[in-house]
Amino acid sequence: MSQPNRIAGGQIDDKHALSFRWNGRNLTGYAGDTLASALLANGIRLVGRSFKYHRPRGIFSSGSEEPNALVQLREGAAQEPNTRATMVELFDGLVATSQNHRGALEWDLLAINDLISPLLSAGFYYKTFMWPKAFWEKLYEPVIRSAAGLGRLSELADPDIYDHGFLHCDLLVIGAGPAGLTAARAAARAGCRVILADEDFRMGGRLNAETHAVADMPGAEWASATCAELASMPNVRMMPRTTIYGAFDHGIYGGIERKTDHLVDSAGKPRQVLWRIMSKRALLCAGATERSIAFANNDRPGVMLAGGVRSYVNRYGVAPGQQVAVFTNNSDGLRTAADLEAKGIAVSAVIDARKGDAVIDTSGRKGLRSLRLNDGRKISADCLAVSGGWSPNVNLTCHHRGRPVWNDSIMGFVPAGDLPPGLSVAGAANGTMTLASVIAEAHDAAKMIACDLGHARGAGKAPTSSDETYEASAIWHVGGSPARAWVDLQNDVTTKDIKQSMEEGFQAVEHVKRYTTLGMATDQGKTSNTLGIAIMAAASGNAIPDTGTTVYRPPYTPVSIGAFAGRARGKDFRPFRLTPSHEWALANGADFVETGMWLRAQWFKRPGEAGWRDSVDREVVMTRASVGICDVTTLGKLDIQGRDAAEFLNRVYSNPFLKLPVGKVRYGLMLREDGIVYDDGTCARLAETHYVMTTTTANAGTVFRKLEFARQCLWPDLDVHLISTTDGWAQFAVAGPNSRALLSKVVDSMDLSNEAFPFMACGECTVFGGTPARLFRISFSGELAYEIAVPARYGHAMMGALMQVGEEFNAVPYGTEALGVMRIEKGHAAGNELNGQTTAHMLGLGGMVSRKKDSIGSKLSERPEMIRDDGLRLVGFRPVDRTQMLTAGAHFLEKGAPADMAHDKGWMTSVAYSPELGHSIGIGYLKRGGERFGETVRAYSPVRNQDIMVEICSPHHIDPEGERQRG
Amino acid sequence: MRYSAFKILKEALTGNRGWKPVWRHPEPNPEYDIIIVGGGGHGLATAYYLAKRFGLTNVAVLEKGWLGSGNIGRNTTIIRSNYLLEGNQPFYELSLKLWEGLEQDFNYNAMVSQRGIMNLIHSDAQRDAFVRRGNAMRLSGADAVILDRDGIREKCPFLDFDNARFPIQGAIWQPRGGTVRHDAVAWGYARGADERGVDIIQNCEVTGFQIENGVCHGVETSKGPIRAKKIAVCVAGSSSRVMEKAGMRLPIESHVLQAFVSEGLKPVIPGVITFGAGHFYVSQSNKGGLVFGGDIDGYNSYAQRGNLPVVEDVCEGGMAIMPMIGRARLLRMWGGIMDMSMDGSPFIDKTGIDGLYFNGGWCYGGFKATPASGFCYAHLLATGAPHPVAQHYRLDRFLRGAAIDEKGSGAQPNLH
Amino acid sequence: MIIEHPLLGPRDAAEFVYLGDAAMIDRPDGMTVDDTGMHDYMYLRDNPAGDIRELWYHEQGDRSWLVVTRNTITHEITKVELARDVARRSGRSR
Repeated sequence: MSQPNRIAGGQIDDKHALSFRWNGRNLTGYAGDTLASALLANGIRLVGRSFKYHRPRGIFSSGSEEPNALVQLREGAAQEPNTRATMVELFDGLVATSQNHRGALEWDLLAINDLISPLLSAGFYYKTFMWPKAFWEKLYEPVIRSAAGLGRLSELADPDIYDHGFLHCDLLVIGAGPAGLTAARAAARAGCRVILADEDFRMGGRLNAETHAVADMPGAEWASATCAELASMPNVRMMPRTTIYGAFDHGIYGGIERKTDHLVDSAGKPRQVLWRIMSKRALLCAGATERSIAFANNDRPGVMLAGGVRSYVNRYGVAPGQQVAVFTNNSDGLRTAADLEAKGIAVSAVIDARKGDAVIDTSGRKGLRSLRLNDGRKISADCLAVSGGWSPNVNLTCHHRGRPVWNDSIMGFVPAGDLPPGLSVAGAANGTMTLASVIAEAHDAAKMIACDLGHARGAGKAPTSSDETYEASAIWHVGGSPARAWVDLQNDVTTKDIKQSMEEGFQAVEHVKRYTTLGMATDQGKTSNTLGIAIMAAASGNAIPDTGTTVYRPPYTPVSIGAFAGRARGKDFRPFRLTPSHEWALANGADFVETGMWLRAQWFKRPGEAGWRDSVDREVVMTRASVGICDVTTLGKLDIQGRDAAEFLNRVYSNPFLKLPVGKVRYGLMLREDGIVYDDGTCARLAETHYVMTTTTANAGTVFRKLEFARQCLWPDLDVHLISTTDGWAQFAVAGPNSRALLSKVVDSMDLSNEAFPFMACGECTVFGGTPARLFRISFSGELAYEIAVPARYGHAMMGALMQVGEEFNAVPYGTEALGVMRIEKGHAAGNELNGQTTAHMLGLGGMVSRKKDSIGSKLSERPEMIRDDGLRLVGFRPVDRTQMLTAGAHFLEKGAPADMAHDKGWMTSVAYSPELGHSIGIGYLKRGGERFGETVRAYSPVRNQDIMVEICSPHHIDPEGERQRG
Repeated sequence: MRYSAFKILKEALTGNRGWKPVWRHPEPNPEYDIIIVGGGGHGLATAYYLAKRFGLTNVAVLEKGWLGSGNIGRNTTIIRSNYLLEGNQPFYELSLKLWEGLEQDFNYNAMVSQRGIMNLIHSDAQRDAFVRRGNAMRLSGADAVILDRDGIREKCPFLDFDNARFPIQGAIWQPRGGTVRHDAVAWGYARGADERGVDIIQNCEVTGFQIENGVCHGVETSKGPIRAKKIAVCVAGSSSRVMEKAGMRLPIESHVLQAFVSEGLKPVIPGVITFGAGHFYVSQSNKGGLVFGGDIDGYNSYAQRGNLPVVEDVCEGGMAIMPMIGRARLLRMWGGIMDMSMDGSPFIDKTGIDGLYFNGGWCYGGFKATPASGFCYAHLLATGAPHPVAQHYRLDRFLRGAAIDEKGSGAQPNLH
Repeated sequence: MIIEHPLLGPRDAAEFVYLGDAAMIDRPDGMTVDDTGMHDYMYLRDNPAGDIRELWYHEQGDRSWLVVTRNTITHEITKVELARDVARRSGRSR
């Protein structure tokens, strides 16, 4: 019979039937159901297994606090483990399976753990699994790990899209129960911009689950009407299905909105939106969460929270059992019996602990069958509604490391004074437990906030409601049976565990938590923490306030990791920065390499070339033989202007810059303030007060940052201004013996002879009949070479034009690989050498650091350990056996010395195959390297299976006198 | 009381009523030979080794909260010895060797789980740097292997090999690296020290030092004054505010590092994996949760909580290398206080005040150092000389220009 | 976090890059300071658990350096100034 436990009424639509599959069974529910209510309607009580003992578990609650009913939702790549059935909005085509069992749910093989439970008491794993030592890795740990965890990831890429959004408002109301609705309405009427958020798909909070009246109508109806009113107001944003999961600094709140989780598929739309909400004020109306009572075997399927039972009966039209008993230690639990009877559900007993009655044990392993009371009576029941009291949902008030305080009159922790700035609390979250006082408090709080924010319009009057008192009692644990009494249902923590842990000396609340794992499961102890603390207090003889709570941390309920990542997935993880000649390179056979976020042409393949070495060797040979062109736009460019520009440069470079003539470029050595080489580049003086500085690609942004620091903070009255022009100018290296000839056909009316435009000259010019350009005669390759810059928008055309003019010279485009080979052949330091641990001395440039002026880093560069004679020096290497290939990262050892750190003499920083020399070459740092040319050392690289002898030489492998670049 | 499977069986059969307290809760004596300030991983380890290896037991550990409440109580539990520089790598290799024998040494299962750590490589320059590091590791006697894509795919098929913005090119793999149950480390060391006579005094905050003529004679605490011949401070992120009471400024800034855990999942991540083109590292605990983290927030903080940009950044990194984790849920996020030093490397040293010692500057890497830090600090306290592998961890190394800067970031703590 | 830029109003902290203690502004003259003086400037910090004055750089905005007064325990920001103004007030010029 379909849906045997369905009863009339509720906020479900019994005209709209939905089909779903549970553990392979086809079942029916209605629109408005959760998966949990639909399962209960179909008479299904057993839905999972507990973590440690694999005891049968049933649906415990009706909300996000659910510890038991965790299911694997959906299949394939969209499969989502550990999903609370109480929070899944039922949809047609839903597929769910139970988790954490070996074999069928009903016959879980790991239930054997329950039989050996005395061996598995709190902290047992710390006391064993140590012998024999090898067994930990081979046996114990694999077994423990395979039993651990609950649900399973599919290991396929998450197929959904997630968005990030930003919202601003005057007042964020967190929770749309009676407090939240009242407050939102009052604030909105007063003129505030309000965001009202609730985790549920239907706003109204407990009003939907209870039978209270508000404004002379059923609470659920009032909630519905109020939502409609709010939705119609232009200054209100309604956000159902949205959990405000965290309170961060400065009024920033994190929210997660579920957009398509209630649909059979997301159809390409964002599944969830992660919201960052910046609000001037926030009001926490998150209500309270019910807790259980600890008694023997209180964990059976069918034992449920009383508030949850009322929710199923009143909101979902589901009878959680045919014979329901009620066990309560407070006044609230009693209303359960009335609600059940109103729906014609048999109530087999009402047990009020305040009167001295108690349930001391239960039976029915796979589902509750009966209870035993302390007076000896045995009562039949297939559902036991337990109410141990209500714990205010203070979590967000403690996200800035505040702690709540204990309130004896409601037997719960309530917010204390140290709330996140701008956050106030109203309603049950504040310890205000009865409906009329909740509404009054929320209304007043909203009015006060509106007033503070300067909104003067009338907030209207608070609605009337039924009211009653709330009486709680300090009855936490019922004895009378030797069987285990559960506190944390998911992690299987019992009162015995708590007591044992305290006897073992774990007395602080944080120690008990960590030793027993109480409150560490996916529910983070929402229904168990307060109960656990009360039991600890009783066991230690301390009062609850002295026991205290553990720390509350975001997120309030777990948030999908995909939501935090948002759209930055796959290729969109980071942006692509493309050079101006990217399209040209793409069309001309380039393979690309990432340099930070840039894509740069690595080499240009020609038809017939088998591998990258063919291309790179050709590019190097052709450039050195004739002319090559390389896009060097990515290197940082800073435009520096002002009357004090020269003085400024003289202070940021360690070598002298005051006397650099107009029209000349100089190599600049830039130190960090701690004396380490930070960057090197060139600086060109285009005019009296106008310079252009270049930096390495990697440091373009950080050099600019440092210079701005110096300009604004160290020497604020120097007349100098900076701007980054890296992306403003496209820049090309034109290198090789025919570079002058090529550029003579490109640059308009400029004498490029060696006399008129010598090595290290620079100037502004035009190209191709008037396009503005800048020309620099600098050489990274060691050949006769220039760099020519045009405004970036001409970059693509310029590349094509240069290559066209270059045809008569067999010009080749060359990429970063050939660029690297040539600079290694010349012994120029680059990123591998300037790794943040390098001194000027190591580079052989100690003499460049001027002692006659104060410049950044010069003082600290003189520290004794940094200028040692026996320190590292940058030198060159070639393999003794010229047929062998050197590897970067090899360490140098003396021949015959032990291979250990004490004998480590340095390492190889960069290697390349030199077509000109016909063998592998390298550069690297070697202790006393400058004195050891001609000697040999061992290049030791065990991770690359290499151990060869290398010869030490000058790092300037070709043209050491630098004749070619001066020609 | 010795722990073993037999003991568990015996206790199970007699109602688990015979377990003895793991440690005493003594009141402090008026005087000790050595006071250790800070009952976290390093302080408890120091006390343990002082007692066990050096026979010094007239020792007190003073902890301002509950023992193990500092960073030992919330970290991403990784152990490894894959450092580059001579000043560091031998120290961390010693630590790894101590981890390997730890459980048998202190008779407590800290779940030292050596399932390997894999650092992914995404560029040639990164590969060259990792080769240099791998070779340094081998020179120090540690294990290091360079894996190619196929080697990685065999171990971790769920990584994104096809659609990544920064494709995986290889990895450096340390098979002996892994994870340890962090709380058990604190408890194991505490129990071991306590049963040898060390007094662990919880809820005892040091409020001042008794210093006269350049000599430290003891401390002022919330439980009254306590004298000692040697006072050894190791309070991690609280270093500056404690040493300030001795009139010292330190080359340390305190920063927040966030860490995260997911809901428990069936085993899916085989070891520790770190992303090379973004800030993300992950492992899976023995309870099933994915434990992961990334960069520090970047601003000075003692708040022990962070902000959203890092959470997003870390999860972006995670999705970039293993897009399967989008379906897993972030269960809890923490923040701790990191003692970020000026070169990213720590200090284990005497101070300019006789009798006052300092251990700190561990940045976000203190957990793996716990055994060696305790051992070397004990060595320094017991013998007056630094242990050879810790000899470079000097407070004056910046005066001499001998920074131990693995990252090459310079004197800016938040870059390390 | 939100930083109230003196010229641009409230900005998300993610637009900025953090350097550290504003004491970095007080750079000694490299020609006259002794080794200890330069070392202390570069390496020693107060690192207070409380109010700190620190340097933030508005890299994704107007590229101004700011001195922010913020509490390192609560993260509350009580003052934001242009670093150049702070530098000039402490006597820095050319």
